[in-house]
Amino acid sequence: MQILKWTQFVLGTGMLFLGLLIFVVQIFGVFKFKYVLNRMHAAAMGDTLGIGISLIGLMILSGFNFTTLKMGLVIVFLWCASPVSSHLIARLEALTNPHVDKYCEISGEVKTRLEEENMVEGEEI
Amino acid sequence: MSKKISEEEYRRRLTVRMKQWISGEKDPYLGNMEIVPSKEFVPDKKKMEQYQEDRDRVRSKAYDTEHNPIYRFFRHFYKAAALVCCLALITILMVEVSYLPPVGSDKNPGSNEVAAKYIEDGLQDTGAVNIVTGMILDYRAFDTFGESNVLFIATCTVLILLRNDKKKGKGSAEQEEKRDSFYEPKNDAILQTVASVLVPIIVIFGIYVILNGHLSPGGGFSGGAIIGAGLILYLNAFGFEKTERFFTEKTYKTVSFCALTFYCLAKSYSFYTGAHHLESGIPLGTPGAILSSGLILPLNICVGLVVACTMYAFFALFRKGGF
Repeated sequence: MQILKWTQFVLGTGMLFLGLLIFVVQIFGVFKFKYVLNRMHAAAMGDTLGIGISLIGLMILSGFNFTTLKMGLVIVFLWCASPVSSHLIARLEALTNPHVDKYCEISGEVKTRLEEENMVEGEEI
Repeated sequence: MSKKISEEEYRRRLTVRMKQWISGEKDPYLGNMEIVPSKEFVPDKKKMEQYQEDRDRVRSKAYDTEHNPIYRFFRHFYKAAALVCCLALITILMVEVSYLPPVGSDKNPGSNEVAAKYIEDGLQDTGAVNIVTGMILDYRAFDTFGESNVLFIATCTVLILLRNDKKKGKGSAEQEEKRDSFYEPKNDAILQTVASVLVPIIVIFGIYVILNGHLSPGGGFSGGAIIGAGLILYLNAFGFEKTERFFTEKTYKTVSFCALTFYCLAKSYSFYTGAHHLESGIPLGTPGAILSSGLILPLNICVGLVVACTMYAFFALFRKGGF
């Protein structure tokens, strides 16, 4: 029993520290990179992987109860919400930045599709 | 042993750069961040003339400061009156501060019998397991009523400032909204799929927080904010055509008015009977049950409705100028 408790503790804190490490990498990336998409990539990593691993560590630490279920739901919610917001930011950047080709390659097909989708609605203006 | 280094090398050192950054000599974002180049300011001659003309017109025609002695008098009088009012207020507040009890005294308001009464008799008096909810919606319900009214008044003010009444043509609300959100994703499949999964969950969670306000942490304000956030997400994903099917200005008016009126009437009745030591006839129920603690549950629902509507109304008004 004692061994089980120790494994639980070591595993939980290990996960927590791994999550914290990923957060540190994220913050470093957000302030180191200069371009929007690079910074967003770094930020999105912390919001999904970092918080996921930290919360799994907390779930292991708290044992099997109602709080664990709630934390699992928090992970599901964040993994739904964070990538979508990153996707929206990336889409806006690809649409509005005229010099986006300088930083990354966007295939012509994607670009025309993006532009078409927006033009159909905003034709009258 | 000290080492001689060139000035160039010295300037590149971390501590020196830190010092420069703190003293504001170097802008760390300059040349590193994407910054839209600012245009040089060129004064528009026509506009300046117009401005001067308007100013002269106001001075000479509307107020006529040069010929009307009353205006001239009041212009100085207002300044003097403002000064006197400020000084009087400062004096009053300073005098009041000197009457405050000293720090750490056991006769301070912080350690008087009111807090102890709330904690000891809260469950018995209000029937709410959550003492904070019992306090804000029973003992101090008028305070919460005022807060809900502040939200309503804030929405009214934003409505006055930002409302766009034009229905058609150039500058109408629809067109302005379209121009504002020209580059925003309109029918984004990813956003819509995620929103159709998340919005019902968010709204249900908000309702749960409101209904359990007297049992667990939460209540009208937090639950209402959650529901409002869910509505805003729905609006962002599906656009105004979808939300206007169930939430228009009329809905906002009806819901807010009914909630605030019910709150006012219910709490007035409760305070009236309480002040006259009458039986209010509102059963408190068993503490811990969902239908318990008398008026707190309906009042929580009222506050939640007002907060949710206010959140959504703010967003819609800033986005489109109407809803």
